[in-house]
Amino acid sequence: MADTEQSPAKQEFIRKSIQFWNPGKTQFWQDAGVDLVIDRRQDYFLYDMDGRRLIDVHLNGGTYNIGHRHPELVEVLNRGTQRFDMGNHHFPALGRTALAEKLAKSCGGDLHYTIYGSGGGEAIDIAIKTARHAKQKKKIVSILKAYHGHTGLAVAAGADRFSKLFLADKPDEFINVPFNDLNAMEDALKAKDVAAVIMETIPATYGFPMPLPGYLTEVKKLTERYDALYIADEVQTGLMRTGEMWGYQRYGIHPDIVVIGKGISGGMYPIACVVVREPYAGWLKQDGFGHMATMGGAELGCLVAMKTLEILERPQTRPMVNYISELMASGLTEIMKLYSDFFVGIRQCGVVMGLEFDYPEGAKPVMKHLYENGVWAIFSTLDPRVLQFKPGVLMTAALCEELLERVERAIGLARAECKGLGKAGGKRYAA
Amino acid sequence: MNAIVEELLAGEKRQTGAADMMLQLAEWAAASYARYDRAAVDRITKAASEAAYALAGSLAEAAVKETGFGVAEHKKIKNEICSRGIYEAYKNEDFCSKRVVAEQKIVEVPRPAGVVFALTPSTNPVCTVYFKIMLALMTRNAIIISPHPFAKKCSAEGALAMAKAAEQAGAPAGIIQVITEPTLPLIEHVMKSPRVSVILATGGSPVVRAAYSSGNPAIGVGPGNAPAFVDSTADLNAAAKRIIGSKSFDNSILCTNESTVVAEESIADKLLQALGKAGGYVAKPDEVDSIREYLFGLGSFNVEVVGKSAAEIASRIGIKVPSSTKVILTPIDRVGIDEALSREKLCPVLGFVRVPHVHAGISTSRALIRMSGAGHSAAIHSSNTATILAYAGAVKALRVVVNAPCSQGAAGFGTHLAPSFTIGTGFFGRSSVGENIGPKHLVNWTRIAYSDEASETFGDFSSLEVWNNQAPLPVGRDSPMTLGRLQEGAERADAALFAQAAGGAMTDEIAAMRDEIRRIVLEELRAAFRK
Repeated sequence: MADTEQSPAKQEFIRKSIQFWNPGKTQFWQDAGVDLVIDRRQDYFLYDMDGRRLIDVHLNGGTYNIGHRHPELVEVLNRGTQRFDMGNHHFPALGRTALAEKLAKSCGGDLHYTIYGSGGGEAIDIAIKTARHAKQKKKIVSILKAYHGHTGLAVAAGADRFSKLFLADKPDEFINVPFNDLNAMEDALKAKDVAAVIMETIPATYGFPMPLPGYLTEVKKLTERYDALYIADEVQTGLMRTGEMWGYQRYGIHPDIVVIGKGISGGMYPIACVVVREPYAGWLKQDGFGHMATMGGAELGCLVAMKTLEILERPQTRPMVNYISELMASGLTEIMKLYSDFFVGIRQCGVVMGLEFDYPEGAKPVMKHLYENGVWAIFSTLDPRVLQFKPGVLMTAALCEELLERVERAIGLARAECKGLGKAGGKRYAA
Repeated sequence: MNAIVEELLAGEKRQTGAADMMLQLAEWAAASYARYDRAAVDRITKAASEAAYALAGSLAEAAVKETGFGVAEHKKIKNEICSRGIYEAYKNEDFCSKRVVAEQKIVEVPRPAGVVFALTPSTNPVCTVYFKIMLALMTRNAIIISPHPFAKKCSAEGALAMAKAAEQAGAPAGIIQVITEPTLPLIEHVMKSPRVSVILATGGSPVVRAAYSSGNPAIGVGPGNAPAFVDSTADLNAAAKRIIGSKSFDNSILCTNESTVVAEESIADKLLQALGKAGGYVAKPDEVDSIREYLFGLGSFNVEVVGKSAAEIASRIGIKVPSSTKVILTPIDRVGIDEALSREKLCPVLGFVRVPHVHAGISTSRALIRMSGAGHSAAIHSSNTATILAYAGAVKALRVVVNAPCSQGAAGFGTHLAPSFTIGTGFFGRSSVGENIGPKHLVNWTRIAYSDEASETFGDFSSLEVWNNQAPLPVGRDSPMTLGRLQEGAERADAALFAQAAGGAMTDEIAAMRDEIRRIVLEELRAAFRK
């Protein structure tokens, strides 16, 4: 529980959330000491309904990459509503084609056609369907503990925690291999019966383990050798978060299919995109009605997405991301020196970061103390020793400095609690 | 992209949003640069000044071509002065290290302003850009240049060349930025931004007033209208040469240029003769009328003549002047609002008014500045120190140049004033600074002050640096990549990743090392799998 008392209004609201919305999830956060009910949001700040301000370094996996309610996105959405609505998905549409053209240019090479969905999961489904059509094969290889969303094919490709719950696992069609294990990957592909390998460029929910040098390029080569496609899930690593527009560019590979979600919506209007290389987009010619979504590529979302890309393509963005990630690296390294028996490692690629705590589920107490100290960051569901630490790409120097100061305090408190020091005592965090 | 979509995307916030990002990047750059040491700052400042110096000639020509103002050859001199010249002038001054004042038990720690927003004019575009950037770099500030729209191309080119050189010498990314498409609403937006630490405004009165009204600290400099008083004790030939040389320099486009010669009656004819010999053409009464009509006939100053040569102005009006003419002298009977030719004229047209005695010379000079140019510059040619002192005490100018060309002398060239292309006009000129603007105006100092009681001894700071053992400063050029410690294979691979993240071309050595590490990792992974 946060150190501030809940208002009666908030208590009542939480009670209602348990009653009407999602009892399991609501209760989970109360038990984890994070009684957050988000009210106002602006820039990189969330305001709890009781008025407390939090610096947001969760950003919903990069959805709020350029900040909450970015003024330029608000403006373009307002302007858009004066002329457009979602549009009719059967017809060529001004916004959709304009965004597709922009994405083709941004993604490079012969990544060419864009197919739209309204969320990341749907986009993953589209990518898998497209690969299956192109290769006329069914099998999909993904990473053990991967996370690709919760729709039919996406959830089957992800960690079994979510697929088994709904009896949606299909082990004969969806093969999992360990991350960074090229041998396992090769074994999975050898029979040439795989349509595609799907990879988060850096697996988010698994705590951002970093691809070892050369791993992704080798995987790409293996897909070429064994007649499979490479699908890059860029939902969390795209949009300048690694220091390049797309994470795969940072690792020097050129995927066959790219899946874009979260941040492309600017957190303002749902949209997700699948960009496909020319040779593998055959179904668009064979039966252009093959996949349909009334809300996929809603034109208001297209406008917001184009503005998001425009902002990220400005020459100031790249050095800004560099500054933020450099300062985080050096600042967190200093904090690591202070608490070296607890805070032991930093996984980092640009502003995609995982902080490692050498304690069972160590990221959970850190999350709680960060919350109490005005910072919101989430632990990694699939590796709770690791805190997902995701600063936005347009953070100011002053805000980054403030963030580091708060992080230092919170990690010190979490360490004291875990190590049984001080008055917090040695409460352990069970799963 | 189609026009309808483009129109929807082109909201008002596109421009201001882009400008806000420049400001934010400047903040990052300033935060790092403020902790650079003296040696690094010197290296960066020197590199930028040399890059600017190398372009002095080509950008002088570009400026004349783009604006139609001035003389390329003179602009080149100004560009050289504002690059290498400014570096040389200040290279022995230290705005980066602490100062210990032991006898007062005080230590002074330099604190740069942060983000400097610099408005630069069309009349002296490149040299002002150079000058302001040099000041910012010397004092560890980031700077954003907003050039006058008439001179945006040459100004941006100069600024970007300096930015490139500064960054190559180690300055943080974004330390110098330039608004390439300045518009009034955009400039106003930036001026009012709380991210701006100080505005350095050079230009017309509206720009300067806007800077002062912005709510941000501002150093604004206003127009001039310099009188040049020549009394009976002056060396007339020397005075004439200096006045003509000064007035014709860069076709009189500097705000420190002489506006009107105030001559004591007893020497006026001789002075006119000497001025004629030095390259002045004395206009006949009907010609004076035509000039007045051409320059001010529309009620305000005709900007078409700004920075044009005497010959060109004469030919536009239809006056025949000798080809050697550098300055057109227009004798006038009085100064004040009823004589337009006594106002500021940014072209080589020079008023000439006679006064019966020294006292009248001083009051006429005061009258000139009453119209415009308060707090700016005045010149006097005299060998009588009492007159010089009385003149300086009476005329509302904050620099009085004696027996020297005013345009250069007031700007600190050929005098011992601070060399500057930004002239502080002080309280008279509704400005915050009354000196020639220099680097010192962009730094504040934190003062460590000990108790003055004798029992409290002053500490020994002599061997200390302000920023000691600091963590590496971000410079904005690369995004780090690291593996954690709890991740398989992390430690071995880290070195290679760092090398990769260091960016640019990989050396063969690093590439080989990377390949080797990759081979080892792959082998281990394969071995592990076989077990």
